[in-house]
Amino acid sequence: MSDLHVGSERADDAEAAAIERVLATTGPAVARVSARVTLGGMQATASRRHLLLPGLWALQDAVGWISPGGLNSLCLALGVPPAEGYGVATFYDLLRTERPSTTIERRCDDLACLLAIEPPIPTDVDAVESSPCLGQCDRGAASLIQTCGAPPRIETPDREPRVDAGPSPRLLRRALTGAVTSLADYRALGGFVALAAARTMGAEAVVDAVTAAGLRGRGGAAFPTGAKWRAVASETATEKHVVANADESEPGTFKDRVLMERDPFSLIEALAVAGFAVGARTGWIYVRGEYPEAYQRLVAALDESSAAGLLEGITIEIRRGAGAYICGEETALLESIEGYRGEPRNKPPYPTTHGLFGAPTVINNVETLINVLDIVEHGPDAWRSVGTHDSPGTRLLCLSGHVEHPGVYERPMGVRLADVIAEAGGVRGARPLQAVLLGGAAGAFVHPDQRDLELSFEAAHEAGVGLGSGVVMLFDDTVDLRAVVRRAARFFAHESCGQCVPCRVGTQRQVEVLTSERPDTALLDDLEQVMRDASICGLGHTASSLVRSARTLGVL
Amino acid sequence: MTIELRIDDAIVTAEQGDTIRDVAARHGVEIPTLCWAANLTPVNVCRLCVVEVEGSRPLVPACSRPVEADMVVSTNSHRVRTSRRMVLELLASSVDLDRAEPELLDQIEEYGARPERFAAGATKHAPVKQQDELYVRDYQRCVLCYKCVEACGDDAQHTFAISVAGRGFDAHISTEFDTALPDSACVYCGNCIAVCPTGALTPLTEFVRREAGEWRPDQQSVTRTVCAFCGVGCNLDLHVQDGEVVKVTSPADHDITQGNLCIKGRFGWQHLR
Ligand SMILES: Cc1cc2nc3c(=O)[nH]c(=O)nc-3n(C[C@H](O)[C@H](O)[C@H](O)COP(=O)(O)O)c2cc1C
Ligand code: SF4
Ligand code: SF4
Ligand code: SF4
Ligand code: FES
Repeated sequence: MSDLHVGSERADDAEAAAIERVLATTGPAVARVSARVTLGGMQATASRRHLLLPGLWALQDAVGWISPGGLNSLCLALGVPPAEGYGVATFYDLLRTERPSTTIERRCDDLACLLAIEPPIPTDVDAVESSPCLGQCDRGAASLIQTCGAPPRIETPDREPRVDAGPSPRLLRRALTGAVTSLADYRALGGFVALAAARTMGAEAVVDAVTAAGLRGRGGAAFPTGAKWRAVASETATEKHVVANADESEPGTFKDRVLMERDPFSLIEALAVAGFAVGARTGWIYVRGEYPEAYQRLVAALDESSAAGLLEGITIEIRRGAGAYICGEETALLESIEGYRGEPRNKPPYPTTHGLFGAPTVINNVETLINVLDIVEHGPDAWRSVGTHDSPGTRLLCLSGHVEHPGVYERPMGVRLADVIAEAGGVRGARPLQAVLLGGAAGAFVHPDQRDLELSFEAAHEAGVGLGSGVVMLFDDTVDLRAVVRRAARFFAHESCGQCVPCRVGTQRQVEVLTSERPDTALLDDLEQVMRDASICGLGHTASSLVRSARTLGVL
Repeated sequence: MTIELRIDDAIVTAEQGDTIRDVAARHGVEIPTLCWAANLTPVNVCRLCVVEVEGSRPLVPACSRPVEADMVVSTNSHRVRTSRRMVLELLASSVDLDRAEPELLDQIEEYGARPERFAAGATKHAPVKQQDELYVRDYQRCVLCYKCVEACGDDAQHTFAISVAGRGFDAHISTEFDTALPDSACVYCGNCIAVCPTGALTPLTEFVRREAGEWRPDQQSVTRTVCAFCGVGCNLDLHVQDGEVVKVTSPADHDITQGNLCIKGRFGWQHLR
């Protein structure tokens, strides 16, 4: 794109320095195979466009916004048309294209914080915005503070949430003792044993072990991990990628954050195992933009691990999201890394054949990946010894809402819902339970009558609910569930990427219908059907599921 | 490689790589489209073309999904018709479609779409942008079909003056920072106008007449000629109303232009009578 037309404004000194840093730190040129993977057959062009999002972040961190001059200079450096750069910048909530007030507080008013267990802490800010769930539901009343010249930071009430590893501590084994922030500590707790074991076993044996373990994805879709890995391992392409989906944004979910904040090395190690197993020499971790602490710990862990020579054979890059739930959808995440708007791709083709930069790609959730360490180190049989036959292993459950002790609870798959609730201290203030939300905003309510429900993929499926990302949110008898449903609907309308008509307009219409005095059920039915049937991705497919669930419960 | 599949009641043959829409069209089965065009890469965003494919939970976009051997496709089932009706209701209740291409208006009839059911809902608001003497952008008519973006970008012009900005219901077509078109990368080829199905993008000559209620396609004559500005040989269709050239297009199936022109062909006739 030699004849790039760029307006006359240019970056000021602070902005220019920020851009320089991004260009200097990162950057293999990567081939972009297709503008849109639909029909295939498009040519690859070498580009550094994947530095666009890091570049935008650098500008935002340096001067508090993306100015016309900053955008122009960044676009010139990367060969990106400024209109497209602007299209990308305006996709993300945390990137600002208008000069902001000096300090902005993004206050979470989503499902758990809506219950206002504790009042928001007063902060010295110039403007307050509403924020979707910040993944701090175990602490409550959270805010993200954005100040000029600094990366964002989180503020929450000063409450120590529970981290409860249960009867068979695995995923939370190390996290239990607090944060493992040095390589020495990590190794003392058995770190990097699994990667060595994997190298001894050989790649194929690792894929076999993961398959034999019956591990299924913890990101929401419960897809068998072994099958995904085998598909990529069997691809002959020389370029392959492994990606850790650390964009955790489903309202009510915070388990991946706790894992990354407290046990960051384990994700680095697990991604290296994945790369080794499928033959990928590049790994990517895409961390939610609202998780600054997790991001910093991961960066430090990566630096220390590679400096120690532990990551031979794989180069890992950590990318920061910038406030867009949809970027947790796997193909939107890939688009986002590549420097495009986080618009999901139409599937098929799937990432296993056409993934990052068009190459075969494994993308897994953080919790899924960390499970692999135990499978490799102790063998699939030992790993399968807890959980149920179809849902082996343990599960991280995110307890929040009206529960006495909010936090992350690791439990064997198949644990009774009532038991976990009891172990978390029961309903806050011993009030009567009205409903439990499983799976987040894209999930469903469970009536107290169903408290014997087993939390396994198969039992949840049979009961017509999903475990999703492990959300277990309690609502006592004082809650107006209609308000919860309206908030969830508003969440989807806000987070729709806007690409396809059923979801772009449908989520907006759903909010409008739900806000009316007596919601018209015929309209809700039609909206549900078109979003479920004709949307491109899972956001549209599930944007009506809580509405449906509330109607089944007789709440709407 | 030739394969067989079923489309509605007929077993048909197709080549690997064909889309469902291609094959259906060849066999006389009409599937409505909005964001698809023969000269653009499918973006599959409008979802008007969805069909049922056995084994797939959601409906699939016929405009971009390649056929597979033994696929079983229903193009007109109740489920399909419901989704199409809803897509039309959602669009027609959020943007002004009165200047859209006739096919779209016919489909609203055919599928029994009743956008008035959402009459209380939000609509797209955007001031009309007229920043030069050549063309007008009236984005409250925009259905966000991405066609203009594609025509300005990879698929034709390679100028990349416009992109989708924002997200969700607020997503819209924009230059960087909403820069006025004359200051943007735009070279006024008008290829975006040529592909726009809704009347959101029109030449000023058309816009002015429409606003005055004096746009009369039925009274227009179209004269084919070859552009004389350079030697490439682009076909021009001059649309003449009341003795004045009111718009210039190029046939979408022309082997040189594929419907695209440059500023001279598209707008260089302004002095012609
Ligand atoms: C709208 C939407 C948001 C998603 N967000 C996340 C997320 O934040 N984290 C995640 O791991 N998976 C998320 N997913 C699921 C991913 O698309 C994908 O299935 C997952 O990363 C695969 O990893 P797994 O097999 O290990 O679960 C989301 C899916 C959708 C449709
Ligand atoms: S369903 Fe929603 S989020 Fe998914 S592609 Fe369509 S508009 Fe975007
Ligand atoms: S006139 Fe041409 S260059 Fe200008 S926006 Fe339209 S397609 Fe792009
Ligand atoms: S302006 Fe026209 S071509 Fe562009 S997206 Fe809107 S409706 Fe489509
Ligand atoms: S024509 Fe297929 S999705 Fe628009």
